[in-house]
Amino acid sequence: MAGTKKEKAYEDIPGTWVFDAQRARKGYPLNKFFMSLMSADNRKAFLADEAGYLKKFNMSDEQAEAVMKRDWNRMLELGGVVYCLAKLSFTDQHSYQHMASEMTGMSEQEYVNMMLAGGRSPDGWRSKAERGEK
Amino acid sequence: MARIIAGIGTSHTPAIGAAVDNGKTETDYWKPLFKGYEWSKKWMEETAPDVAILVYNDHANAFDFSIIPTFGVGCADEFPIADEGWGPRPVPVVKGYPELASHIVQSVILDEFDLTICNEMQVDHGLTVPMTLLWGQPKAWPVRVIPLAVNVVQYPPPTGHRCYELGKAIRRAVESWDEDLKVVVFGTGGMSHQIQGPRAGLINSEFDKAFLDDLTRDPQRLLKIPHVEYMRDAGAEAVELVMWLVMRAALGDKAEEVYRFYHVPASSTGVGHIILESR
Repeated sequence: MAGTKKEKAYEDIPGTWVFDAQRARKGYPLNKFFMSLMSADNRKAFLADEAGYLKKFNMSDEQAEAVMKRDWNRMLELGGVVYCLAKLSFTDQHSYQHMASEMTGMSEQEYVNMMLAGGRSPDGWRSKAERGEK
Repeated sequence: MARIIAGIGTSHTPAIGAAVDNGKTETDYWKPLFKGYEWSKKWMEETAPDVAILVYNDHANAFDFSIIPTFGVGCADEFPIADEGWGPRPVPVVKGYPELASHIVQSVILDEFDLTICNEMQVDHGLTVPMTLLWGQPKAWPVRVIPLAVNVVQYPPPTGHRCYELGKAIRRAVESWDEDLKVVVFGTGGMSHQIQGPRAGLINSEFDKAFLDDLTRDPQRLLKIPHVEYMRDAGAEAVELVMWLVMRAALGDKAEEVYRFYHVPASSTGVGHIILESR
């Protein structure tokens, strides 16, 4: 596989999917779907028949499943852009913060409290190696 | 001659715009943030620039992945407000300055920066939130805007060094425009934040403060920060800070800090704000 280790040093950052060229390629149909949610008519059509609406976008079954389950981290892994994911969260009448809290596995209130206390410290979160992750 | 007189660095968190649009600026959560911009709004009113070159990133609104320009300059008469998924923000349409924008494009391309010309472009919170923070809620914006959209969505964004060099070229372009104009440059986005994945919520105030310090003390250090260092130490989306380096370089060699504000949090973001005057 092309792409040297040095170029992909960011893959060692834990809890993070960097939207790079390869992920962008894979995520193209998924992100096209999110972009369609920029119109009120489309938001309504999607909510009325999610599975039917998703069929228009030529995405993989696993991408469609992640959308239906609102599995945000899986959507990121499969090439979704977080700003695009947000359009789905807004379509569900939820805030960005709500989506972020779900990604971290916290309740929204726990997440808000963490932020009010100064946010997540980078200590212990700088590399997968230091966390014993692959 | 047109002159770049000052630079403004500020975060552009969408929740800040929503707080203003929904009348929540006096709540316990938001009040301290908006207090931090009161001095700046007065400064802006007194400075009364004719033009703002606003460096920001589009968040998958104007650019839908079919085309991803690294640097896109808005050359239109006006820029409509994007519907990002909850309806367009209730702010006035943004008025451009096509003649000056086209001059900058021409000058900067011949200065070896291959910009993309955008003759039709919607603008999102990346551009409108900084305007709201500095100009409040006017019926019409009292300034003409040249949007400079930088790709920071798909990796890799341009390097900090490239952004810095572009800022210098923009200064040369503005100074070669034969019209008496006061121009300010915005660098927006950041500071430390991560809004994706299990590591969301990451904040690094020390990183942010050192960045603010070195805008005047040691800009050379900042333009050498690699992308992976921004992402690792200050959050995946902190890499937006490269856009502040366009602003810094556009001020020329000497810039004086006249105001600074820092606050955690606005939603998931460490909010930084600075005003630098060109000397």
